[in-house]
Amino acid sequence: MTYSSAEMMTVAAARALSSDDICFVGIGLPSAACNLARLTHAPGITLIYESGTLRTRPDVLPLSIGDGELCETALTTVSVPEIFRYWLQGGRITVGFLGGAQVDRYGNLNSTVIGDYFRPSVRLPGSGGATEIATSCGRIFIVMRQTARSFVNRIDFLTTLGHGRNGTERKACGVETEGPTLLISDLCMMSPDPETKEFVVHSLHAGATRDQVRSNCGWPVRFADSVEETPPPDPIELAALRALQARTAAAHGVSTGD
Amino acid sequence: MAAFLSLPQAVQKYVHDGDIVAMEGFTHLIPFAAGHEVIRQRRRDLTLIRMTPDILYDQLIGMGAARKLIFSWGGNPGVGSLHRMRDAVERGWPAPLEIEEHSHAAMANAYEAGAAGLPCAVFRGYLGSDLANVNPNIKSIACPFTGERLAAVPAIRPDVAIIHAQKADRDGNVLIEGIAGVQKETVLAAKRAIVTVEEIVDDLGARSPNAVVLPAWTVSAITAVAGGAHPSYAHGYYSRDNAFYSAWDTISRDRETFVEWMRTNVLEAGPQDFAARIPRRAVEVES
Repeated sequence: MTYSSAEMMTVAAARALSSDDICFVGIGLPSAACNLARLTHAPGITLIYESGTLRTRPDVLPLSIGDGELCETALTTVSVPEIFRYWLQGGRITVGFLGGAQVDRYGNLNSTVIGDYFRPSVRLPGSGGATEIATSCGRIFIVMRQTARSFVNRIDFLTTLGHGRNGTERKACGVETEGPTLLISDLCMMSPDPETKEFVVHSLHAGATRDQVRSNCGWPVRFADSVEETPPPDPIELAALRALQARTAAAHGVSTGD
Repeated sequence: MAAFLSLPQAVQKYVHDGDIVAMEGFTHLIPFAAGHEVIRQRRRDLTLIRMTPDILYDQLIGMGAARKLIFSWGGNPGVGSLHRMRDAVERGWPAPLEIEEHSHAAMANAYEAGAAGLPCAVFRGYLGSDLANVNPNIKSIACPFTGERLAAVPAIRPDVAIIHAQKADRDGNVLIEGIAGVQKETVLAAKRAIVTVEEIVDDLGARSPNAVVLPAWTVSAITAVAGGAHPSYAHGYYSRDNAFYSAWDTISRDRETFVEWMRTNVLEAGPQDFAARIPRRAVEVES
């Protein structure tokens, strides 16, 4: 069965979630992965979007963080101050799913600017919820397409704290939560070295090579002593993902979160 | 006490050049019709506040209404960039735009502090982020009981709040249903508030005892604009016009195309044109 590298990435990200997770979901790749998990192996997962929708079960992927579908299928909908104060800051979320324009080897994310902050060459959308999601959720999964421009040696702006610019800043900042524990790309999966917190490749997606991972990474990427192969998407996962994407395209007239 | 005015009258009376204006609505119930009236009346030098400046603020910025933007996420949700906002920040067109940038948690806390009459908001945030290095309004404070360092930002106290809601009754009480965002906080934090509604009714009807209701004495002006949130949506009335959000990417990319679109659809149009813009399919689904 053939599949795309984007489908492999979404499936790999979905597998990282379980029915026990209370998950704070971002739009795009994270939303696709979280809903695929809910529709396959993790039916009990609780999905929370920052628009205030608690335990939502959308039939199609939302185009925006506040689509009506999220509210209509939620257990309840609370205000935006409440979602950030009681639920996120209050420590009620086990896992946050993030992406960005740039990530570095310590899982720090940039979604603010390319270039100088005050004279940017590209003005990106900004933090949104990410800055506090990264420090308040129990742990963080990052999902991003891997290119040498997005997996960089030094991010232009640190919007969202991973393990800090030297791998030790969480403790120094007084942050008690784990931070990024998994980085999923369209080529591989990485996890932090227990000592240095540098992301190290522990699994190559079926068909991907070490050379591909190296040439699409801006830092000299390391591989674990034993690197596994990520199993390819199985027919059930692929069928669920494709049906979700088809329902989404039909509902919006545009595709979302491939 | 809420006065029932036409939209041009409400904007004329309550929005002035140089005001601090917050138009809120978290994807849902974005007050497009009122924002367009602000553009038509050529308001200038506004400080615009909004957690998620999307298409409406792209239009205001591109038409030169804003001097400063206070925000936490500026993009076209699910589509991409705000080209008019980027043109202003990256190239100063049509005018340079000062920005004050926050996270969502900071903005939500700052609105709540404004509604609560406090001078600042205190929360656990911005830890390790460069945002605190580029925004002098992000400071920290020590908890007097535990010593924990917490983030502090100024409360948001707009001169005028502008929101859209489903209904008002004839006394001027306003009902908001669905994703309620920060609209209640925004209205209670502001000196004045303009509310557009889908309809004005004799009675707000069956609702939860905990429904989000803004009592008439918190609102300055109410005006009925059917479809007034389009291309955003109104829960129970019509769906989000996702196709328009996608189309905006092309309309807004080029300065001339943008200006021409604004002339036809905003400057030479009015609040009465919104009802016809509601996606046809959505109307049929709801009825």
